[in-house]
Amino acid sequence: MEPLVQLRERILARFPGADVTVLPNPAPVGQDSLVIGREHALAIARFLRDDPELSLDYCSNVTGVDWPQQEVIETTRVTQPDPTTGTPKVYEQKTKRLTPAFLEVVYHLYSMARQHGPVIIRLRTGNRTDQVAVPSLTPIWRACEFQEREVFDLFGVTFEGHPDLRRILMWDGFKDHPMRRDYVEPDDYEWEPTAHDDVLKKAQEHLARAEGRQP
Amino acid sequence: MNLESGISPAADRSAPALPAALPPFNPAANAQVREVHDPFHGDLLEVSMGPHHPSTHGVFRMMVTLDGEAIVKLKPVFGYLHRNHEKLGENTTYLASMPYTDRLDYLNSMTNNWAYALAVEKLAGQPVPERAEYLRVILAELTRLLNHTCLAGFLLQDTGASGTPLMYAFREREKILDLFESISGSRMMCNFQRFGGCRVDATPDWLAATQRFVDGYNEFLDEYEALITGNEILMARTQGVGVLGPELAVNAGITGPMLRACGVNYDLRKVDGYGVYPRFDFRVPLGDHGDTYDRYMIRVLEMRESLGILQQALRDLPAGPIMDPKAKIRGLKPKPGEAYGRIEGPKGEIGFYLISDGSANPYRYRVRPPSFVNLTVLEDMCLGQTVADAVIILGSVDIVLGEVDR
Repeated sequence: MEPLVQLRERILARFPGADVTVLPNPAPVGQDSLVIGREHALAIARFLRDDPELSLDYCSNVTGVDWPQQEVIETTRVTQPDPTTGTPKVYEQKTKRLTPAFLEVVYHLYSMARQHGPVIIRLRTGNRTDQVAVPSLTPIWRACEFQEREVFDLFGVTFEGHPDLRRILMWDGFKDHPMRRDYVEPDDYEWEPTAHDDVLKKAQEHLARAEGRQP
Repeated sequence: MNLESGISPAADRSAPALPAALPPFNPAANAQVREVHDPFHGDLLEVSMGPHHPSTHGVFRMMVTLDGEAIVKLKPVFGYLHRNHEKLGENTTYLASMPYTDRLDYLNSMTNNWAYALAVEKLAGQPVPERAEYLRVILAELTRLLNHTCLAGFLLQDTGASGTPLMYAFREREKILDLFESISGSRMMCNFQRFGGCRVDATPDWLAATQRFVDGYNEFLDEYEALITGNEILMARTQGVGVLGPELAVNAGITGPMLRACGVNYDLRKVDGYGVYPRFDFRVPLGDHGDTYDRYMIRVLEMRESLGILQQALRDLPAGPIMDPKAKIRGLKPKPGEAYGRIEGPKGEIGFYLISDGSANPYRYRVRPPSFVNLTVLEDMCLGQTVADAVIILGSVDIVLGEVDR
């Protein structure tokens, strides 16, 4: 199969102005992936499936990844002359950087007709709170139907164009998205039948909060 | 209670509370579905099969809408066994997830272990010694025998052949479980594979017992097939029931025997050639019609091929270590990166997708469950069939709810 850089060129030639970048994978297995912008995602997915050289007719795995905002400290080495002696000296500069927060949906594509793969594509949401929509690829691969529902259920990504977007593993009345990194499980310690020690303390605090008192 | 305000006047009671909107429904296979409440044609009947129905193989529920006896709509409902396996995997170390993978598909713990070990080995660039690869093949093919034997028994149970075929199948299953117990210490929760090899070596006694078992298994298959395969009732109940076309099967990501019953030649043992599978001579059985009978037959034929692989693997099993001496098992911290490892499990492609951020716990741990994805087309196969057929079709999909719900 052609390398991803070449595939990216072909996609860009077909869809001018599309947002496609190659994301290298540092692990020894070398499964690099393509990050695809939301506007052209559906058209590019259709191209990947219908192109005779690729014919990625089989979408194996669909999953979500949560990337909350993190502070990354990057160390760069700069060579500058020492102010007193004038000899070059290596300085370490540390810069703090905030990573963007987004949710990511990863698709592993294979070809059953040509028996090659995987081509990994990733769609990213704008942020983690109000811009959580990506186009659904269920119209292209039916295999995404339940798996995208699962990503919607556990991560809170809304798929535009999904025929039946409901919760699938959690129950319908459930509010949160348990697979997010910052998910806090509900405080239902008051149901502990024989509460003691920490659990009893937590239960009393919870009861106090529920009754509107200061714990 | 205040009677005057609490009881509604008669005018309100005259209008029954109709559901405002039905659950969204994608008319798969161009099925025409009419309203559930239809004063002219009569109402459709909505049946909730499960989650405690004995034929749903666990806590699985199907919301079935019936027109007379024909199914016009079927929505699977999952999640009764959901324990957020992936979150558990993210909160423990790489090694601690290994016994949890046994609980995914609790019939096939050996192949679950292997798929997870393969993904971690890909992530960390970990080689596996040859003897361990052969042991993995032997145990995976025994698992395939176990799973397909169970399926054949349960399928017959679902058709109403109560008891006898299932007990024949379980008799053989016990023999495999005895082998698993003597090598790993546990019948079903084997926890056998490690990153870079296997946990314990096979003794000569164990290999001799396995050889005896493999030699005698064709006899059991012959007996079982003589009883079942040509049985007129089984053929009447399964042939032409639940037909799945190859185009839909590929598009819906169906894998395993269910895909090959539609005639699509896709077996990861041949395609990926993971482990030492390229060294073995075996064929991939393919179906013609994609109906329930083909799905049963594919499993029987795959068992015969598995026996051939087992004979070759037991013959060629090399001596040597079962664990790479440089392998790091406890406290494994792979370098940042990601990997997707997949193998051909008895139910289809089981894969693990791992993202490492350099710490001792995986940043993301994802299971690609074959029977969960295979259920995508359950509705398409069941439309127009009867409820009794839906039970058989579900049986031939071969699900285990520990894996579907995770």
